[in-house]
Amino acid sequence: MKTDLILAGVGGQGILSIAATIGMAALDNNLYLKQAEVHGMSQRGGDVQSNMRISDNEIFSDLIPKGGADIILSVEPMESLRYLPFLSKDGWLVTNTTPYNNIPNYPNEDEVINEIKKQKNYILIDADSIAAEIGSKRSSNIVMLGAASPFINIPFESLEEGLRKIFGRKGEKIVDLNIAALRAGRKFTEENR
Amino acid sequence: MQKLLLLGDEAIAQGALDGGMSGVYAYPGTPSTEITEYVQASEYANEKNIHSKWSANEKTAMEAALGMSYAGKRSMVCMKHVGLNVAADAFMNSAITGVNGGLIVVSADDPSMHSSQNEQDSRFYAKFAMIPILEPTNQQEAYEMAYYGFELSEKLKVPVMLRITTRLAHSRAGVETMELKKQNEGSLPENPKQFILLPAIARVNYKGLLANQINMEAFSEKSDYNNYYDADDKSLGIIACGIAYNYLMDNYQDKKLNHPVLKISQYPIPRDKVNKLLKDCDKVLVLEEGAPIVEEMLKGYQETGTLITGRLDGALPRDGELNPTLVAKSLGLDSVNDIEIPSIVEARPPAMCQGCGHIDAYLALNEAIKEYGKGRVFADIGCYTLGALAPYNAINSCVDMGASITMAKGASDAGLVPAVAVIGDSTFTHSGITGLIDAVSENSPITVIISDNYVAGMTGGQDSKALGKIEDICQGVGVKPEHIRVFKPTKKNMEEMIELIKEELAYDGVSVIVPRRQCVQTMRNKELIARVKDLNL
Repeated sequence: MKTDLILAGVGGQGILSIAATIGMAALDNNLYLKQAEVHGMSQRGGDVQSNMRISDNEIFSDLIPKGGADIILSVEPMESLRYLPFLSKDGWLVTNTTPYNNIPNYPNEDEVINEIKKQKNYILIDADSIAAEIGSKRSSNIVMLGAASPFINIPFESLEEGLRKIFGRKGEKIVDLNIAALRAGRKFTEENR
Repeated sequence: MQKLLLLGDEAIAQGALDGGMSGVYAYPGTPSTEITEYVQASEYANEKNIHSKWSANEKTAMEAALGMSYAGKRSMVCMKHVGLNVAADAFMNSAITGVNGGLIVVSADDPSMHSSQNEQDSRFYAKFAMIPILEPTNQQEAYEMAYYGFELSEKLKVPVMLRITTRLAHSRAGVETMELKKQNEGSLPENPKQFILLPAIARVNYKGLLANQINMEAFSEKSDYNNYYDADDKSLGIIACGIAYNYLMDNYQDKKLNHPVLKISQYPIPRDKVNKLLKDCDKVLVLEEGAPIVEEMLKGYQETGTLITGRLDGALPRDGELNPTLVAKSLGLDSVNDIEIPSIVEARPPAMCQGCGHIDAYLALNEAIKEYGKGRVFADIGCYTLGALAPYNAINSCVDMGASITMAKGASDAGLVPAVAVIGDSTFTHSGITGLIDAVSENSPITVIISDNYVAGMTGGQDSKALGKIEDICQGVGVKPEHIRVFKPTKKNMEEMIELIKEELAYDGVSVIVPRRQCVQTMRNKELIARVKDLNL
């Protein structure tokens, strides 16, 4: 049993918080874990990704081979397409629909969405709006984690527990908001897959 | 023993702490920065007074680590691959002095240049210096090698290189720790002349280093990190060095690997094991991250004997990082997926942050320099290198730490006047001061812009040695006080900045301009804000 995820986004969008939560949950379940991050110059508003691998068997490579990812979890729509060569033929593309437009030649948004809709398995979710409804705009990354959670081989309660550990020192209120965000994301996927 | 979730960098730091390290010395540089930051944040390290403050550059770090070794304690020095060029003088000679306390030199290479100007392979340096290399395959080995590296260094009496690459440095996995070792008591070297490299002594030491090679090979031969896995199908044998071993094994998660494999994680390469593989197999594929250094050693100049294949004959790409997919191709395994990135996807290069002071400095410089024409701005290593990109297109060079000032000087010697250098505050104290001395001693007509944001920004806001000292340093090396000009780079001050830069460009001598505004990424760093307030900047 393994899950290979590619987390995608733009530097500063919070994909490392997603990774940390999954990592914490994986450790609690005594799973093997490898998670490759991007640090340094490329963090400055450029495209960033994290390769995350969870398994009950030993994992060798820190990098996911082409065609090997079970999930692309992207917090930005165009970025979700950048890693398509890595998605397995039965894999899921789960992406936020809100663009992060910090380049002059950002493509037409409808065309980006149409390209995503060409995939076999996809979830398109407006995580920013859902996060705003909950009252925590900054939790849209956790909404995304919730949206991808049905495809991750880790019990949902462990992800909630992971959030408690990661956000615990920021206080009960922040923890509750993030758990609400996680649940809202999961609910969306369950109703729309 | 506990299990921790650690980056490869953090695993090295924890391994060194548990292995009895008394101090780490470093200058920040991706992908090595997190090693030292981990020690800085460690309660245990603070309690035990284990040194972890940043050094001015990699050379001063290497020398300080050697000094700690001289005094009998275990020390570690960490840098990125190009940092080893800066430290090279001290590094090469540390192999001749040898060590007293164990000394580990961590060099973190960056194949595929994720955050660097080249992808040089540090193993060449260790081979050049004739010292052992430990090259971990995973985070657990990274931990163990830092732990065990001190002992190896003390037994062989030479520094040991711990070589990692970006992928391991910045990837997390579970690591099991080992029993905490005590730090060494201080002690002077047994031979009081060991560290005096006068020619007569150096010659003796060098003969000792040469004679020591056989011991290093013996350690490699029986190392737990060099493993020979025999198998039936000898039409192909595989040598997998360090992290390349993972990419090999990843291709055999669901099928049997029936070729003999030699995993190498300790150098010099284990001669007997390598010879056995060469003798037994018809062909040998060499998988290594970085340059084809082992492949070249085995291949030599003549195409005779066992066929050696790898990066040199195109089985693998000559440059760039390895990955499971490339290794699959070299083994003749089918690639699962040949989907391309949709053409609608645009590149999203990194950029300077919104509100960054470097941006305003560049806008003013671009305007002020217009009348002289293009091609005269020499920049340096840091976030401001991103001024090369549109819409700024503000710089014409970026070569190595400190090269802005010296290249501007050389260009002005050739008649390109005025020439401008752009360098950050931390890069200035790393390697800019000596260049400024050269320029001052000839009163070269250059304008040096020291873009001061109070920190080493690109690596994540580490302390800058230049904080509050730039004007004093410049005046101290002889820049005339009236040509040291400080301003706050903002949109509001634009006209004033342009005027000021124009004045200094017109001056026939060395001027220093300091645009000064705090890095926007550090606005929540209360300690820094308090220090800046104290210094009245």
